[in-house]
Amino acid sequence: MSDLKKLKEEFLSKLNNKLNLSEINQIKSDLFGKNGLVSSQFKKIGTIAESERKKFASNLNIIKDELQNLINLKINEIENAEINEKLQKEKVDITLPERPFLRGKIHPVSQTIDEISSIFSEIGFSVEEGPDVENEYNNFTALNTPDNHPARDMHDTFYLDEKKEKLLRTHTSPVQIRTMLKDKPPFKIIAPGRTYRSDSDQTHSPMFHQVEGLHIDKNINMGHLKGCLNYFIKEFFEVEKIRMRFRPSHFPFTEPSAEVDIGYEVQDGKIIIGEGDQWLEILGCGMVHPNVLKNVKVDPTKFQGYAFGIGIDRLAMLKYGINDLRSFFDCDYRWLNHFGFDPLDVPTNYRGLSR
Amino acid sequence: MKITFDWLRDHLKTNLKEKNLLEQLTNIGLEVESVQNLSSANEMFKIAKIIKTEKHPNADRLKVCNVNIGEKELKKVVCGAANAKEGLITIYAPPGAVIPKTKTKLVEAKIRGVTSYGMLCSESELNLSDESDGIIELSSKYKKNIGKSYFSKSLSNLIDLSITPNRPDCLGLRGIARDLAASGFGKLINFKENKIKSNIKQTLKIKISKEKNQGCDVFGSCLIKNVKNVESPQWLKDKLISIGQKPISAIVDITNYVMLDINRPLHAYDADKIDKGIIVRNSKKGEEFTALDNKNYKLENGMCVISDNKGVLGLGGIIGGTRSGTEFDTKNILLESAYFKPESIRTTAKKLSLDTDAKFRFERGIDPLSIEDGLNKAALLIKEICGGEISKIDIQKVKIYKNKTITFDPDLFEKISGFKISNKEMIKILENLGFKSKKKKKYLELVVPSWRPDISQEVDIVEELVRISGYDKIKIIDPIKERKKSTLNKSQKLFHFLQRSVASKGYLEAITWSFTDSNYNDYFKGSNKEIKIVNPISSELNVLRSSIFSNLMMYMNKNLDRGFKDLSIFEIGPTFTGSNPGEQNTVVCGLSSGKKSRLSWIEKERNIDVFDVKRDVIQTLIEAGYDSGKFFIDSVTPSYYHPGKSGRLFLNQGREQVAAYFGEIHPNIIKNVDIKTETLVGFEIFLDNLKLPKKTLNDQKTKFYVSDYQKSERDFAFVVDKNINAQDLINAVSSVDKSLVSNVKVFDVYEGDNIPENQKSIAISVTIQSFEKTLKDNDLEKINNLIIKTVENKTGAKIRS
Repeated sequence: MSDLKKLKEEFLSKLNNKLNLSEINQIKSDLFGKNGLVSSQFKKIGTIAESERKKFASNLNIIKDELQNLINLKINEIENAEINEKLQKEKVDITLPERPFLRGKIHPVSQTIDEISSIFSEIGFSVEEGPDVENEYNNFTALNTPDNHPARDMHDTFYLDEKKEKLLRTHTSPVQIRTMLKDKPPFKIIAPGRTYRSDSDQTHSPMFHQVEGLHIDKNINMGHLKGCLNYFIKEFFEVEKIRMRFRPSHFPFTEPSAEVDIGYEVQDGKIIIGEGDQWLEILGCGMVHPNVLKNVKVDPTKFQGYAFGIGIDRLAMLKYGINDLRSFFDCDYRWLNHFGFDPLDVPTNYRGLSR
Repeated sequence: MKITFDWLRDHLKTNLKEKNLLEQLTNIGLEVESVQNLSSANEMFKIAKIIKTEKHPNADRLKVCNVNIGEKELKKVVCGAANAKEGLITIYAPPGAVIPKTKTKLVEAKIRGVTSYGMLCSESELNLSDESDGIIELSSKYKKNIGKSYFSKSLSNLIDLSITPNRPDCLGLRGIARDLAASGFGKLINFKENKIKSNIKQTLKIKISKEKNQGCDVFGSCLIKNVKNVESPQWLKDKLISIGQKPISAIVDITNYVMLDINRPLHAYDADKIDKGIIVRNSKKGEEFTALDNKNYKLENGMCVISDNKGVLGLGGIIGGTRSGTEFDTKNILLESAYFKPESIRTTAKKLSLDTDAKFRFERGIDPLSIEDGLNKAALLIKEICGGEISKIDIQKVKIYKNKTITFDPDLFEKISGFKISNKEMIKILENLGFKSKKKKKYLELVVPSWRPDISQEVDIVEELVRISGYDKIKIIDPIKERKKSTLNKSQKLFHFLQRSVASKGYLEAITWSFTDSNYNDYFKGSNKEIKIVNPISSELNVLRSSIFSNLMMYMNKNLDRGFKDLSIFEIGPTFTGSNPGEQNTVVCGLSSGKKSRLSWIEKERNIDVFDVKRDVIQTLIEAGYDSGKFFIDSVTPSYYHPGKSGRLFLNQGREQVAAYFGEIHPNIIKNVDIKTETLVGFEIFLDNLKLPKKTLNDQKTKFYVSDYQKSERDFAFVVDKNINAQDLINAVSSVDKSLVSNVKVFDVYEGDNIPENQKSIAISVTIQSFEKTLKDNDLEKINNLIIKTVENKTGAKIRS
């Protein structure tokens, strides 16, 4: 009995000294090795009188656990200290820059086109396209703008041949013609794309973007036109209320025709869309002219509807506070970075158009 | 079209204010472009008296005048006019005033060392006449007005309207007044038109020759003899000045006035300069005349000319000639009021690149029934101002005008506009606009006024009714949120996907012109046709682009000049292969310059290279849903790529259409364009060549099936001929047993020591795994041997021992 106690006392005090890992391991093997002190005590159990045996075994187990736990604790302590020391040495200056990465951007015009498509998608419009090079018939004549019509002067046209039969489309309206010739009514489409006019100054660039809209069905009237554009403008500018004004205008391919203004005000040199007492023209529209419908073999006594054309670049300028139209096409790295959108910012209805 | 409210009041009785006027004009489709306050500027011009003149100390011809401008102190003004003398009453403009003729703003300035506070004005400087010799001399009657504004009546605001091309009638004040009155803005004043009462015969013979494509339907005229062409009276000058026109002489001013007032262009000839009579005919090729713009015009066949015995006098409805022009000493006038056909006017003016006020009006359509009105109005004014005797009016016609009639179904109005107005209201609006209407059962029989060439069918009537009723009456019908057809088709979805996929790899999206500089385009055109723009905006944008690279290179260069070094830009858009509609391709084109990890403390910097762009292309295509296992790549590329460091990619072994090119840009181009960067690499993905699978990506997916049996990786090193492609080795390995070989990776390529010349070592790691069992050593040994044998047989490689 006292042997065991002595053993315990002796090793407890040994273990309480400052020890390194190998010294502890030595103690461990002294006690629990094959012929260790504790191990040999266990071997003795069989030789002890039966009356004493149970108690002896129990005491021995307690001492074994106590010593073993202490040894494990000590080993852990030392290992932790070693790891901590190692980690301390590995410390880096975390304020050093991360590994280099590149961030791409989507052009504001592309982003705006996606926003527009997303809005019109909700109310059932699908996207159509047409070629940039058009023939004179689709761009003008079919749109009720015959040769020698003064309205042609309003379109400074780029021509590709001397006969002036092939040209760069001056608006997206020829897509109306192509779509209606291809399919049968009803039609409900938008057609965003590049358009061209030989005009270049602060507010005009020889290339710009338009989105055409066309809705032809039975009994589509000017109220539907107003409703559609009212919806679009509110959604696009992401405002609750917007002042909108339809005023009479003239386009050869619509009758009646209208131009649409929206209200704005200037605050701290920035245009705020919505309320305000100033008017800003943003699009042209009207009821598709019966002559146009006849040209594409749609019976104007059965089908009618509206069309509109919106300047995409202008919308982008207004929404995102861009002042110079020509900067869109200048490809200035700084500008693209500043006004561009993250490619993950895909405009959707449920996440909202913009962040 | 410039108007003033004052002038409008000649035709319109209204109590409403200018603010309401501006709103109403826009509401009925006569858009107000700008409003300019002229009176505040003109009020600055004051009547003044020169009290004393002194010689300028430093200039012989200049005088320093002390001028009384109605203030306590006299103003010192330096003046160069010979007639500036003590006691002269004239007009003084202070600093800040804008001189009407030159549109320059005066400032206090030292003239040869003497400060001049404003200036004394000549008539020409104030656009009062062409008199520029000396300053204005006012009569002594003005003495009591010293210090007051010279322009007696303060001018009303100059309102600039944008008149759409369908409304020639609104190119005259009366037309605008009529529209306003119809919309309820006041009442149109009806005049009893004074008519010429004369017994004198019009003695000049006028003839419209009867020929094909005669551009003139009607030619009305009268002779006015013994006139004295003078300066216009003040009221007429004021009127013209008020809308920014310059008074010239009474006769010219009167014809301008009538044109502006009722949109009736007139032309006045010096009757004595007309040889015998007037013939209106088609020109013959080669005929010439000098027009009033002092330019000589050579005519082609078939242009409508006014001629006499000697030849062409002028182009009808476009411009007169100098030979028969009126001058201040003109005694006898022939006044012309005619109808020229819009198509004829437009064709001629276009051919000669001529643009005049008369042309602008005639090509839009002049009221064919305004011929006599115009003659009456102008001739009587000429007689009143210039004296003389007026002849009877002579009218020659080759065509009789008939008003158009339209049978209008009133129900159409609501069908198109979506709102209702009563028949009574419709009739009222239309009659106020000059229509004559008669009910016929449910229809209205309408006679269209002669001044409205734009109205030809029922829908035009609807437009008039909606416009005058007000667009604000159109009720909003909210759209239904319903989609019957998908918004984008497959190729549009692919477009948007590729756009964002490329951007997500660090490229900034650019949008550049569809046209480009032919010099740049030549580098990238290849065998494609050059597509010239006939009328380019500049020589740097003179062709449609054959490739997007030309523009990206140009702009890349500009950005490098801005001091940027490592740039990645891309564009997705059209390139052109021909000048017919549809001869275009949609291409995604990217361009990168410089280095990777430039000046990085942690990564080794290196030039961006062909394998960077290869990764971008392949990753993009994989993300877009294409199976990289089927890709086929070789090194056949267009000449603008580096011949040794570029590749061509097909989506499958069939190699039908090129899906993409990628590689370094040819060093020669970099040299010629003078781009300063370490490297330039680029790619082109051809959207139209990417096959659109019929199945969705989801449907393309095979059943989810993986093996949990032990896999093993084996490495092989082969020595091959230098010109054997790594792809050949990979294909050979993959072909061994598709059910066992799951991944083949090249992990080392080595040339040099220990490798024979013209050979290289390629090290490959192969993953081998069975779907059926754990492979045993002898299974693996078997497949190893098979791999080695196959590669050696197919590529001539030797396994490195």
